[in-house]
Amino acid sequence: MPHLEIVSLSSRYGSEEVLKEVSLAADQGEVLSVIGPSGSGKSTLLRVLIGLTPPSGGEVFIAGERVDYSSRRSLKGLRGKMSIVFQEYNLFQNMTVMRNVTVAPIKIKKRPREQVERQAEALLAKVGMAHKQDAYPEELSGGQQQRVAIARALATNPEILLFDEVTAALDPERVNEVLETIRGLTNEGITMIIVSHEMAFVREVSTRVAMMDEGRLVECGPPAQIFDAPRQSRTREFVSSILRH
Amino acid sequence: MLDTVMQQAPAFFNPHNLVFILQAMGRTLGMTIVGCTTGFVLGMAIAVLRGSRSVLLLPLRLVAIGYVEVFRRIPFLVILFIVLFVIEPLLPGTSLLGIATISVCLLSTAFLSEIIRAGLESVPGRQIDGAHALNFNALQTLVMVTLPQSWKVILPPAAAFVVMFVKDTSLASQLGVIELTFAGKMLVNRGFSPLLGFGAILVCYFILSYPLSRAAARLEKRLAAS
Ligand SMILES: Nc1ncnc2c1ncn2[C@@H]1O[C@H](COP(=O)(O)OP(=O)(O)O)[C@@H](O)[C@H]1O
Ligand SMILES: [Mg+2]
Repeated sequence: MPHLEIVSLSSRYGSEEVLKEVSLAADQGEVLSVIGPSGSGKSTLLRVLIGLTPPSGGEVFIAGERVDYSSRRSLKGLRGKMSIVFQEYNLFQNMTVMRNVTVAPIKIKKRPREQVERQAEALLAKVGMAHKQDAYPEELSGGQQQRVAIARALATNPEILLFDEVTAALDPERVNEVLETIRGLTNEGITMIIVSHEMAFVREVSTRVAMMDEGRLVECGPPAQIFDAPRQSRTREFVSSILRH
Repeated sequence: MLDTVMQQAPAFFNPHNLVFILQAMGRTLGMTIVGCTTGFVLGMAIAVLRGSRSVLLLPLRLVAIGYVEVFRRIPFLVILFIVLFVIEPLLPGTSLLGIATISVCLLSTAFLSEIIRAGLESVPGRQIDGAHALNFNALQTLVMVTLPQSWKVILPPAAAFVVMFVKDTSLASQLGVIELTFAGKMLVNRGFSPLLGFGAILVCYFILSYPLSRAAARLEKRLAAS
């Protein structure tokens, strides 16, 4: 049974359908990357998965259990197992680094403060941000903020991690430190869905790659298939247009 | 003219008059404090209500929008008379000060709700998405994320509004509430020089609003720095 199973998932903004019957599945610990041109519905897919945008059709199962996006209780359970890192403006600007990482476990999950803070220190050390515990987000570079955001996403002990173009807003010299951090997580058994335009990175870390266009899933397969022998002409066009740059 | 002032000064500054002026000042201050506190609390409620997406709250939301849009456009004097004519038959015996205070609350709620709403809306949607994705409920998101980030935007115009408001309460004199302006008029009517009567009132308004604007400026500076 796949860890995360997406069946014929659709979503619309107003009357415009931006996600059209997308079906995907990921096994436990798999790294599934999603690529595709801007506006193809990648962010919408992640937003629907974590319940920020309502689906208009289809189903999502986690370890075989169906997620009911209209039920607050089901959503709460879902977000206990799934975390997301966004492109930018991720961290709460009114909280220190430490507080950003600990606020949800302490205030929402009601775990003991000491235990949470010890875990947060370890997580911040892991992403190389232990020395900035007391800084506010605006005092950090974009890359540092994203690393803290990853630590925050990990602090709720997620089984599934979503990344939505987490390096797209960064200066080029900051991209690697964040990709390095994500790479370090790929062998911990966490199932990951990574939306990214960093093709070399996608190729290296993904177990499978999904190509999206105009709200549809075009093709999904191992990196070697998508990058070297795509079955769909749309995938070939997109991949070559990106690799040429 | 100055002769008259010098001549009247001892009589003017007698304890009886001073108490009279202090009482009037108390009414002006009272209307401002009650009006702005109520306006802040109810204005916050309206701002939050208007920001909610819940379908269940839609009728309430429409009422709130109507209320805010109407009361921001009616002159305060007209609000005073409307409240007077609505409250008189409903609750006979309500004091004029009570009626003026209700009017003041109605007005400040409408204005402050707009100021607070602009502040809440200044917080980027990503911050709120982030909170929801971490399982914050609506109230937790408001208290822990949205509000702390919107004070910077709310406080300067809110403080300016309160300072202006101290002056607006003078319209209550039209109803016959003996607040500062009316007190000045009465003193002058009793034969005191306008220079003395209104001069004293001017000083009182200054005493009320100057510390307020200073405190607001200080707070603004501190918020901008953080
Ligand atoms: N909040 C929104 N309201 C209306 N349309 C939106 C909104 N967000 C995204 N869209 C539209 O949905 C489509 C898919 O967007 P998105 O999922 O952000 O694509 P991607 O992440 O692949 O760039 C686009 O056409 C975009 O214009
Ligand atoms: Mg996107």
